[in-house]
Amino acid sequence: MRSSTGIKRFAGLLVGGLFAALAMTAHSGSAVTQGSKAASMDACVALTADMRRNHMDYLQHDRHASVRKGIRDIKNSLSGCVDCHASKDDQGNYKPVTAEGEFCEACHNYTAVNVACFQCHRKTPQEMTSSVTTGGNKLGLMLDDGEAPALSAEEFEQLHAKILED
Amino acid sequence: MAKMHYRELWCESPRYWGGLALLAFIIMLGMAATYHMEHNGHYVTGMSNQVVWGLPHVFAIFLIVAASGALNVASIGSVFGGPMYKPLGRFSGLLAIGLLAGGLAVLVLDLGRPDRLIVAMTTYNFKSIFAWNVILYSGFFAIVGLYLWAMMDRRYGAPYYKPLGFTAFFWRLALTTGTGSIFGFLVAREAYDAAIMAPMFIIMSFSFGLAFFIISLMAAYWWAGRTIGELRMTKLKNLLGVFVGAVLYFTLVYHLTNLYITQHYSVEAFVLLNGGVYTTMFWLGQVVVGGVIPLFLLYSPAFAHSRLAIASASLLVLIGGFFQVYVIVIGGQAFPMNVFPGKEVLSSSFYDGAVASYTPSLAEGMLGVAGIAIAMTLVAVASRMLKVLPENLEDPDEGEIA
Amino acid sequence: MSKHTDQPDMKRREFLGKTAIAATAATVAPGVMLTVANAGSDEGVSSDTRWGMLIDTNKCADGCAACVDACNKENGIDILSKPEDQSDEMWNAQRPQWIRKVKLKDKQTGVVTNLPMMCQHCEHPPCEDVCPTGASLKRADGIVMVDRHTCIGCRYCMMACPYKARSFIHSNIAEQVVNSPRGKGCVESCNMCAPRIDGGATTTACQDACMKDGHQAILFGDMKDPDSAISKALKEKSSRQIRADLELNTGVRYTDV
Repeated sequence: MRSSTGIKRFAGLLVGGLFAALAMTAHSGSAVTQGSKAASMDACVALTADMRRNHMDYLQHDRHASVRKGIRDIKNSLSGCVDCHASKDDQGNYKPVTAEGEFCEACHNYTAVNVACFQCHRKTPQEMTSSVTTGGNKLGLMLDDGEAPALSAEEFEQLHAKILED
Repeated sequence: MAKMHYRELWCESPRYWGGLALLAFIIMLGMAATYHMEHNGHYVTGMSNQVVWGLPHVFAIFLIVAASGALNVASIGSVFGGPMYKPLGRFSGLLAIGLLAGGLAVLVLDLGRPDRLIVAMTTYNFKSIFAWNVILYSGFFAIVGLYLWAMMDRRYGAPYYKPLGFTAFFWRLALTTGTGSIFGFLVAREAYDAAIMAPMFIIMSFSFGLAFFIISLMAAYWWAGRTIGELRMTKLKNLLGVFVGAVLYFTLVYHLTNLYITQHYSVEAFVLLNGGVYTTMFWLGQVVVGGVIPLFLLYSPAFAHSRLAIASASLLVLIGGFFQVYVIVIGGQAFPMNVFPGKEVLSSSFYDGAVASYTPSLAEGMLGVAGIAIAMTLVAVASRMLKVLPENLEDPDEGEIA
Repeated sequence: MSKHTDQPDMKRREFLGKTAIAATAATVAPGVMLTVANAGSDEGVSSDTRWGMLIDTNKCADGCAACVDACNKENGIDILSKPEDQSDEMWNAQRPQWIRKVKLKDKQTGVVTNLPMMCQHCEHPPCEDVCPTGASLKRADGIVMVDRHTCIGCRYCMMACPYKARSFIHSNIAEQVVNSPRGKGCVESCNMCAPRIDGGATTTACQDACMKDGHQAILFGDMKDPDSAISKALKEKSSRQIRADLELNTGVRYTDV
């Protein structure tokens, strides 16, 4: 384990305090990583407080459905988390969600809970290329056969937001 | 019969702690090897997609098989009512627990995901003999532990002594059947697909377990400066001889059966004639070192009173047994599977039809040896804390053995 | 094993419904119409389907490895590269191979056959039988695969498989493709591009590649649907299962072997 320096401990306290404050106000805006898609959206697939408490259960439930039953249009998909919560670095490349200070790592590090997911799962959103299209996506949508996807990541996000709105 | 007194193993501190320190050092090396293997992945080992179980599995299976056999001495005492064996029952139970713990440690530490041990303990597929083994192994610890208590607590434990003895005996038979069936149920590989695997593993366990028992008993008494009577030694020695002979017999039957099945000619030729290192291990390791020489040492009148001969014979039985498991586990995988009967494989990127090569790495060996060290440490610590060894094992007076 | 969420089911249905409405209605970008995959997929895959493959070995070309390359790309298998200090020989024995090309010669007639070899998707898979944790599984639609969430890396399935179809991941993997999560210490094998198929695709990556190269040796489809191309082809030509003597009723069949 990494030795925690005074600064880090102080930062940990700060983050913890921030979380406590957020939990009390039930306002979700700023716990997400700046610059990620999620930062521009109102809510996750469920209310923020609910997601904070129960995301692991949702993921575990749906992983069973998708791996064993082949239900891929699941609501709670890990790649969905990554797509929304990953932020980009200065060069415009995605940073892994498990990198220091990023969405998954920041909280899991603070709570000292190991995120085993990314030992196998991809840590950054996958840019849509024509070779990997057919596998459905977190919205339960798929593109018509043979058509190259003309949706940009932003457009997907808008659609996502739109669905949640109404 | 004179009352048997049990006492904790006691010897001078430097001797005891020196021994423990050595064992601890070996275990530490094993831990380092595990870290090396798990941190980098199994690519640092000699194992591959062709030989998927390697040296750690040889050690693990060898220790697990020996563990159930080590309990035999206790079983003879309580189930078959052998008065000469009864005083040895406690130590036998302890050794069984120790060996099993050592074997399982190796098995678990070689998993691709040892961190998911909890998954293995909570998610069962009851069609899998492996899953049954998880239950059989955990049950073995519990039952032998209780059995040990029943033997040691003369006031409260005594009524349970017999029933627990029987339970432990049947459980250990089931356990070895399970271990043997790991291989017996594999239809895919020609060297394994044989029902005789299970009984053969049982008889192997008798032999390896007793050999382990004799060596550790002699070591413990030498350590503590206590004496073992001639008569008792002879009994153990003769029993070992019978078991060694039985293992040879089962090996013979196994190969004869296979030779009767045309389909299995080539795998038999591989083990018996042209398998290179595996053929050598079979004939020289298993048959000569593990069978012929020990039988000679045990039965030749020239060594009738030689303690050294008994100790060497036991050690050779263990070495031969190790080779036997090696030939079964590794040799059975090295021999190519007949995926395309009647066809010759001209080319394949996955070694179809080719004899797989396997060179164990140092780390695998260190992990395996650490398993033995874990077993010995457990036994050494427990015999110092518990009253498992009789104060003396001098022969009883005439007339006392009825 | 499976944990139930405290999420009311209605919420999920509502969400799905809205997704469907929004998706079918919205023409988001010109020319791209979005449709819902696996409508009503709450039940998941069903046993009314059995995915299978028919491989015409006459059409399988010597020296062609288009299927292997396509599989590697689809599942990100080639992202795993040889560890620096590893020998080529060992790397070859250790690297994962979901599909491989095999060249055979009949001992009697001397006839040479080329074929791709992969998981045969048995109806009674030995790997599933031996797996202690139930990680090796056969889906209702006949696809045999590994649930890596419960795989402990014991490799017993690799011992049990008569086709050497499985690979163990021997070293760290830096990156994965979204559709194929995989990591060190687990066992893996061909899953007939399950994520693709679940998404509504009707072909596997290897079939597409074989088709593109003009060989058409691989035919994938539903063996239980009497009108599917594979069912018709299976009726027309005589095909065989590899190691049919084991009576595993494989989902992958070969003609002219």
